[in-house]
Amino acid sequence: MISLQKISKFFNKGKVNQVIALNEVSLQIDKGEFVVIVGANGSGKTTLLNIIEGSQMPTAGIVEINGKDITPFPEYKRSRWVARVFQNPNNGTAPDLTILDNFRLASLRTQRKKLVIGINEAFRRNVQEKIADLGMGLENKIDQPMGNLSGGQRQALTLLMSVMDDTDILLLDEPTAALDPKSALVVMNLANKFNRDLGITTVLITHNLKDAHVYGTRLIQMQEGKIVRDLNPKDKTGLLIQEIYRWFE
Amino acid sequence: MNQFYLTAVQLSVCLGPMAMGIFITMKVFNIPDITTDGSYTLGAVVTAVLLTNHWTALAVLPICMLTGAVAGICTGLIHTKLRIDALLAGILVMTGLYSVNLTILGRSNVPLINMHTLFNTISIFGTDLYNQLFVALIIIIVLVFLLRYLLLTDFGIAMRATGNNPVMTKSMGINNDIIKIIGLAIANALTALSGFLVAQYQNFADINMGIGIVITGLGSVLIADALIIWMNVTNIGLQILLVLAGSLLFQMVLAFTLAMGVDPNFLKMVTALFVLLIVALPRVSQQLKGSISNNSKI
Repeated sequence: MISLQKISKFFNKGKVNQVIALNEVSLQIDKGEFVVIVGANGSGKTTLLNIIEGSQMPTAGIVEINGKDITPFPEYKRSRWVARVFQNPNNGTAPDLTILDNFRLASLRTQRKKLVIGINEAFRRNVQEKIADLGMGLENKIDQPMGNLSGGQRQALTLLMSVMDDTDILLLDEPTAALDPKSALVVMNLANKFNRDLGITTVLITHNLKDAHVYGTRLIQMQEGKIVRDLNPKDKTGLLIQEIYRWFE
Repeated sequence: MNQFYLTAVQLSVCLGPMAMGIFITMKVFNIPDITTDGSYTLGAVVTAVLLTNHWTALAVLPICMLTGAVAGICTGLIHTKLRIDALLAGILVMTGLYSVNLTILGRSNVPLINMHTLFNTISIFGTDLYNQLFVALIIIIVLVFLLRYLLLTDFGIAMRATGNNPVMTKSMGINNDIIKIIGLAIANALTALSGFLVAQYQNFADINMGIGIVITGLGSVLIADALIIWMNVTNIGLQILLVLAGSLLFQMVLAFTLAMGVDPNFLKMVTALFVLLIVALPRVSQQLKGSISNNSKI
């Protein structure tokens, strides 16, 4: 599904303030895996995710999705496979557009946006039903601007929007960092459900070690631009949370 | 009605497309585009040259809009591909257009008197002014419907989202650069259409007719914006109508100034002060409210 081959990323290359964000990282992620990445600040987690989604280009190395070399592809071209939820709940949605407009755009993530009015009664009902499943009581607010909602509500909707169109890969960059515990639980359970029920390959970055322990089929620890631990499902199942805390001491 | 005010109504309708164009760049895309001064004159000079070469006005219209669109694409390319600030990109294209316009026109002023223009094709009403207003209104009504439709389509949602949250649109498979270029092309095509209308309405094209015209459009959109926020208007069709209302109000203020006998040389100053007033008023009232509530706390 995702194949990263000897990815390096330097900032300010060749200058005195050169930073090595990623140092020849190779990683294979299979279809349907739920990979959780933990690591201290500056360990290269977010850079790795940015390189998969295309918002940053690697200094060296190859990015493949489904066996296709997509290294030079800009972000908007990778949206054919990749959906994402940002750390900042404001990033994933357009605040001045209605909830319905936001969902319409998300339902066309992999398609062309044509000169036809695509929002009809059937689409409205479909969105309402999906939002009602969240149990947040937002199904009757779909004509309101997205900006009226709280961060937790917006983040849950962003996640829901990510599966409005065909999604192979879901990238979650600390999606619950800005949320209260209750909203965070809604978001994490939803992500887990999408991975399990829809078989979406999921990559989660988190600083919440409890989440890292509970969720995911594979656990990766990064340090100074390298992968230092990579636990397969078997090893992860038997892992105690205290053990993960010890990695950071 | 006083001649000043009727003229103001007619002029505001003719400038309506430009105000709609600035609505697209400023409100939809959040880009300050001032190519306007150049593309407005471009529309007027193309109209003047083609009409004097015995083209029919209806054939001139699409050519005019196309040239405006090209100007918008230039600004868009400079802004997105060379990563130059939109304001500077607009100034560069506007400056360059001055020479282009002068070359097209051949001299600084071309009269269109006794020419077969858009405004003397229809004579339903007794007075010329009403006939002219009728023609201009038909065009503006068609444009309102077209722009409203455009903004409600899937492509229109993508346009609105790009101005609102470019980080999100990239992750939604939208090429922000292309969509901005298209937006600037549409906006400047509309602006050129205003040049087309005004040149025929006033029966001449002048190389300097576009100077400061952008502020008229900005003023219209700012008035509309204040009303949109104040009345919490979410309906897009209504927002476009408010932009046109803003254009009307703006021309009315200028007509009132003239009717009061103010020296026409001061018209640009009045324009600038009026726009300043519109921009400053909400801020000042906010500050006053703030200071009152602060005082009441003490």
